[in-house]
Amino acid sequence: MPDFVTSYLGSTLTPGEAGNQFWALVYVFVIFAGVSLAVMSMNWLERKALAHFQIRLGPMRTGPHGLLQPIADAIKLLLKEDIIPAGADRFVFWVAPLIGLLAAFTVYTVIPFGPSQAVSDMNIGILFMLGVSSLGVLGVVVAGWASNSNYPLIGALRSSAQMVSYEVAMGLAVVSAILMTSLNETGTGTLSMIGIVRAQQEQGVWFIFKFFPLGLIAFIVFAIAMVAETNRAPFDMAEAESELTAGYHTEYSGLRWSLFMLAEYAAMISVSSIAVTLWLGGWMRPFSRLLRGSAWDLIFSLFPAVTFMGLAAVAFVGVVRMPRRSDFKVQKIGLAVFGWLLGFIALMLLIIAIAGRSNGAAIPSTVNQSIGYIYWFLLKVAVFMYLFIWYRATWPRYRFDQLMRVGWKVLLPISLTVLVATAIVGILLS
Amino acid sequence: MNSAINATNATMAPVATPYFFYGLATLAIVSAFLVITRRNVVHSALALIVTLLSVAGLYLMLYAPFVAGVQIIVYAGGVMVLFLFVIMLVNIDRSYKEKRFSGLWPIGLAAASALFTLFLFAFIKGRALFPDRMMLLPESSNTQQIAGLLYGDAGKMGQYTFAFEIASLLLLVAILAAVVMTKKRA
Repeated sequence: MPDFVTSYLGSTLTPGEAGNQFWALVYVFVIFAGVSLAVMSMNWLERKALAHFQIRLGPMRTGPHGLLQPIADAIKLLLKEDIIPAGADRFVFWVAPLIGLLAAFTVYTVIPFGPSQAVSDMNIGILFMLGVSSLGVLGVVVAGWASNSNYPLIGALRSSAQMVSYEVAMGLAVVSAILMTSLNETGTGTLSMIGIVRAQQEQGVWFIFKFFPLGLIAFIVFAIAMVAETNRAPFDMAEAESELTAGYHTEYSGLRWSLFMLAEYAAMISVSSIAVTLWLGGWMRPFSRLLRGSAWDLIFSLFPAVTFMGLAAVAFVGVVRMPRRSDFKVQKIGLAVFGWLLGFIALMLLIIAIAGRSNGAAIPSTVNQSIGYIYWFLLKVAVFMYLFIWYRATWPRYRFDQLMRVGWKVLLPISLTVLVATAIVGILLS
Repeated sequence: MNSAINATNATMAPVATPYFFYGLATLAIVSAFLVITRRNVVHSALALIVTLLSVAGLYLMLYAPFVAGVQIIVYAGGVMVLFLFVIMLVNIDRSYKEKRFSGLWPIGLAAASALFTLFLFAFIKGRALFPDRMMLLPESSNTQQIAGLLYGDAGKMGQYTFAFEIASLLLLVAILAAVVMTKKRA
């Protein structure tokens, strides 16, 4: 068994390509657990960051600096009474959150966390992602209808109109990025997620900087459309609390409501992953062409350890700044333990980065590389997740006609122009 | 080092077994039947989505992932959302009272059985034309092959380029017509 594990760690194939069902299953479980954990920490981060944007403290009571708040929330939601309104269509009401959740989690099979760190490398990767994530809107629409109530129905109508409109601009922006993958000797592009990152590797440029400013404009169109696709502020018309109470999930409570939230945050992570894969070089570290050589490789391989050290340092500063009163003792100890845990992870990463440099060491050097790939991918996605919070704190909600005007009359013409211009420039330069 | 992986790779059997076909085909037929028998239109629409998705699964099983992906995006993702958008605004209580099947069902039955007979006839008479086993095309080049057929390969015109362009022109006309129809008259 250990031999099996090490043989896999040295592999350059995804489990799907190798036809190894066991490892594929392990990957699926790891990704599912990882995404659920990311959603929980995102929940905490969003509440904290929003609070600080508004000069509040946010959750402070449940654990040190509210660190246990997501767990407390999860327990509360699980124990809450599960209400189905009397006039609701029971079966559809029951199945709606599951549609959204399934659509949000299925796309993770093709997200490339590294050149071999994906469940499978599908030939139609990006098409599959766009298609399956567009099924998520069915969950929203059907939930709004099944609740048999006015606010959810209006929310569902708004949401379906919004998602269908922005999908068009989004798809055209994606096509212009895919067009860039075909600028090689054979002239054949690819739809595979891993293939798209490899194309950026071969051309030596992230597609956001390709044909400046064409790649950048396409990226910006996608970045706006993806906020609308995930129903987040400032495009959260479907759940505008000042107008529609909570929009399509007004009638949902407890576990079912939390499934909607899980699906929303999972969808946010997956669209961010599309943006990172298509325009920001996926798993590649920054300046992989400009700053190369073993010295730079070593410096960049220390980044994961340094990040965790920084987080540990933040935790320890929190311990020192904790009020010196006896009733804060438990919180103080808890935060210190958390800090030590982060420090231990940093130490492990440091050992792997130093010891795993040469081939034939106790830890294969591919482990070191894999950590690098996953780290850079997740870091880029994390930037997008923070942007989602930042948008929500900064911009007021759009009015619905403004939203439609932006989608159809601004973003769509821009992305069409960029697509045509990319094609022309690509032909002229090749 | 890679021995364990290569071992599994060598013995890898095609995933698309006949059971997949039977499962997906049954799902498609049952849900298609539900589409016309359910009284509630939203239930019918949901059943139609299941039908479309299981047909997409059949395409995947035939090693045509591109067609499957397009099926999901266009039909399950796009068309059905618009369907639901319209259906949700319909008063369902009224549609319960309406008469469900118009008197045309004998004609429909005749047409359906004629089509079935035709398929059966083609299957029995033309058995020699069907390959006796499934061709194992490489899944990895499906999209590229379709592109070659539609747009041509290495400077040559593709087999279906002309038909494809005509169809795209028709769609463009339809889009323009839709825009003109919704335009407010001053």
